[in-house]
Amino acid sequence: MSPTVESNVALRKTALNAVHRQMGAKMVDFGGWDMPVEYSGLIAEHMAVRTAVGLFDVSHMGDILIRGPQALDAVQHIAMNDAAKLQRGQAQYSAMLYPEGTFVDDVIVHKLGDNDYLLVINAGTREKDVNWVRQNVPRFRCHADNLSDYYTQLAIQGPKAADVLRKLTNVDLSTIKNYWFTYGTVCGLSNTMIARTGYTGEDGFEIYIPSDEVTSQRVWEEVLRAGQEFGIAPCGLGARNTLRLEAKMALYEHEISDTINVWEADLGRFCKMEKGNFIGRDALERAQGQGLRRILVGLEMIERGIGRDGYKVFSESGEQIGYITSGSPAPFLKKNIALAYVPPGYAQIGTVVLVEVRTQKIKAQVVPTPFYKRQKK
Amino acid sequence: MAYPAAYRYTREHEWINLDGNQATIGITDYAQNSLGDIVFVELPKVGEEITAGKTFGSVESVKAVSDLYAPASGKVVAINEELANAPEKINSDAHDTWMVRIQLTNAADVSKLLSADDYEKFVKEEGAA
Repeated sequence: MSPTVESNVALRKTALNAVHRQMGAKMVDFGGWDMPVEYSGLIAEHMAVRTAVGLFDVSHMGDILIRGPQALDAVQHIAMNDAAKLQRGQAQYSAMLYPEGTFVDDVIVHKLGDNDYLLVINAGTREKDVNWVRQNVPRFRCHADNLSDYYTQLAIQGPKAADVLRKLTNVDLSTIKNYWFTYGTVCGLSNTMIARTGYTGEDGFEIYIPSDEVTSQRVWEEVLRAGQEFGIAPCGLGARNTLRLEAKMALYEHEISDTINVWEADLGRFCKMEKGNFIGRDALERAQGQGLRRILVGLEMIERGIGRDGYKVFSESGEQIGYITSGSPAPFLKKNIALAYVPPGYAQIGTVVLVEVRTQKIKAQVVPTPFYKRQKK
Repeated sequence: MAYPAAYRYTREHEWINLDGNQATIGITDYAQNSLGDIVFVELPKVGEEITAGKTFGSVESVKAVSDLYAPASGKVVAINEELANAPEKINSDAHDTWMVRIQLTNAADVSKLLSADDYEKFVKEEGAA
């Protein structure tokens, strides 16, 4: 056995760090943050989210507020989806791109008001994202504020998420559609942002509360208590990763990065070329003309073995054709699945490829994605 | 979790339990805990030779794969077939779940390994590092 070596650099902590440790969570360095990777066990937590409800501390995510009379123009310039289509109280998946059409980061854009847009960004890319926004919005009449440290962000995810949150709020949750948000009282905190968003492929909510330790801890505990009757489980980043993988949601430095473009990542449906100019658009238009070199596909291992991040993918004739971006056993599907970049010629559903798992090559086949899709009510 | 005093331990977190000229090998509770939910164990075949300090298989959890290092040299006389379908047994009782049984080539290999007390000290230091 050779467990991974941990680094000694000073890690950042969320307001709930002491609570996680007190609850016996196993902690890891995630993008410079000291975060819980699991509490009761990854599989149990994953299953709780698929069949009941789970609670995640996702306060390491960042928040950038773009505010001003030209806030919309700024958002349209720095993010690829069409924010003009958003109504107040609506959110959308989007991404900030480099001029090359590759990814600075993927983001959720929330329209708070005509002059206010909130971008929720990833933890590991916080500083880079904030700098990128600040560099690229000065030509518009607006300013960008980094609100990341002001919020404790909790994700309540799973088919029973609404049942749990209903006990703690005065808001009629049935009025919040998927990827919409509103404000209301949660655990006695008025004007709390409640968004029907998440990173698990399941129904659920993300709430944004003040980031002081006392409030954060109180709300965390109240949610767990309210969720007890529904089988709530505190969940770590381990389950968050397997849940998002089953739902084929991208993770930065895996499915998306500064060397992968939008078409390759199969995220074209969130990229609105017709909305007008935006950073990365020209390169994407050129790339469209040139055709794809590689594309993201879902793989399912046919033979015994687990394809993992970075493992090489070969054609049946033995030529290396690509690599796995994320791979793991899928606890709910009970299969070994992976996302991988391969040339378009190998992207057809049913295509058999080989994955180099340590010393041997095992068979896998291209399958439809997302691997898991929840039943809509 | 108490580490059985009769076993000897490696710094790579395997245990070995001597039984005459044979011995069973598994991984420690510390190891299973740091791996998390174990889903797959790859073991050598009966009849294969394993060499002290060299890898003889691997153990995989949902999130990671780790090599298994042989605490001693010998010929594999049995593998725990149960682990093919129930690898999670290692999580629930690591010290009572053996992986392979070997015929020792040189019983003296074992005397170089850590005692339960020394191993416990070792993991405390590793955990604190």
